[in-house]
Amino acid sequence: METLERIIAEHEFFAGLESYYTGLLVGCGANVRFHPGTYIFKEGEEANEFYLIRSGKVALELFAPQHKPIVVETLSDGDILGWSWLLPPYLWKFHAHVVEDTRAIALDGKCLRAKCEQNHDLGYEVLKRFAQIMERRLEATRMQLLDVYALR
Amino acid sequence: MATAVTTDPMLPHPYLVQSVSKETADTFTLKLAPEEKSNGSSFRPGQFSMLWVFGVGELPISISGNPAEHKHLTYTVRSVGQATNALVTQRVGAGVGVRGPYGTGWPVDAARGRDVIIVAGGIGLAPLRPVIYEVLHHREDFGRLVVLYGARSPHDLLYRQELAAWARQRETQVLVTVDYGGMSWRGHVGVVTTLFKYARLKPAQSVAMVCGPEIMMRFVARELISHGLSRNDVYLSMERNMKCAVGFCGHCQYGPHFICKDGPVFPYTQMRPLLEKYEL
Repeated sequence: METLERIIAEHEFFAGLESYYTGLLVGCGANVRFHPGTYIFKEGEEANEFYLIRSGKVALELFAPQHKPIVVETLSDGDILGWSWLLPPYLWKFHAHVVEDTRAIALDGKCLRAKCEQNHDLGYEVLKRFAQIMERRLEATRMQLLDVYALR
Repeated sequence: MATAVTTDPMLPHPYLVQSVSKETADTFTLKLAPEEKSNGSSFRPGQFSMLWVFGVGELPISISGNPAEHKHLTYTVRSVGQATNALVTQRVGAGVGVRGPYGTGWPVDAARGRDVIIVAGGIGLAPLRPVIYEVLHHREDFGRLVVLYGARSPHDLLYRQELAAWARQRETQVLVTVDYGGMSWRGHVGVVTTLFKYARLKPAQSVAMVCGPEIMMRFVARELISHGLSRNDVYLSMERNMKCAVGFCGHCQYGPHFICKDGPVFPYTQMRPLLEKYEL
């Protein structure tokens, strides 16, 4: 059976992180499972966690009045779900709707924020990794906005 | 190999519309059979034909059918203007002029013994479909086949049944994404580059073939290289306004290249400096 420590240490997102820091993260982590049709979080709720998705599929949805929710992105095996825990006002900006049975590691954002405040080296390592995800998703969103398949 | 080429390269051969099938709201697949039975319909994956709709005009259209099928030529056409609309509304039995096939085609022979990565956006899957047929038809000649396909929405996906069938083939991974999913879509949502993290790639032994909007191809090429593919193993299919298709008229000139004659498939190494030039 895989331990939480091993899963976190071997996850691409935490690659290169010193084992001491991995140990700190493990103290904030827990195995979780979500069933299809449920919501991991909803827009406007307090953002106190983030998730390493081990398997499954989650749709990030945006609520539009008088319309069905709009799926802006799906996340799947190996992806990181959620960064609103990292920056004030610590509120979710989207719904996270479970599309397929999802297993994940939930990391307590409040706990991690406190550890990052105490240990800025850890804070820098965490921020660097989230900045990379944000950069990739910003690029993908820009491409999505370009609607490239409609351009001629 | 080129069967419909005559001594006069500007003279079209008579073909008849055998079938027209609707792929999406604006995209149709036409099968054309030569009127003269002696004319075969051989082509290499990635080549295109000039299709003449009599009284309307002539269009360059990639061949999207199976290279092993010689009785007809297959084209997938998106109706975006007068000529393409006239083409997709042809009735079965109507006559269409065909010149070609033209162009270089995908490096299928160079890909033998290696993994093949297909990355397509929108109607860009059409010129790549012959490669997929070729790989699946000669399965033992190739390594893994990875197909990454992105479209605007689920309604814009081409060849949906075939995508599902390809995904069931051995040593084949098919990943599909859409930019806008809607609530009934249970697949992936995001641009095609977001699929790379789920693809099982062996970059050192892979050849990548990419077709789609130029912006997409630029980002995809960078993504492939960031995953470890050599620039020399990435190929793109380019599109420009082609008229003569044989390098006479210069309409499709792109830097020092004629897309019709030197392409439409080019190594990324040749295209990279041009792709990054404004307004070219």
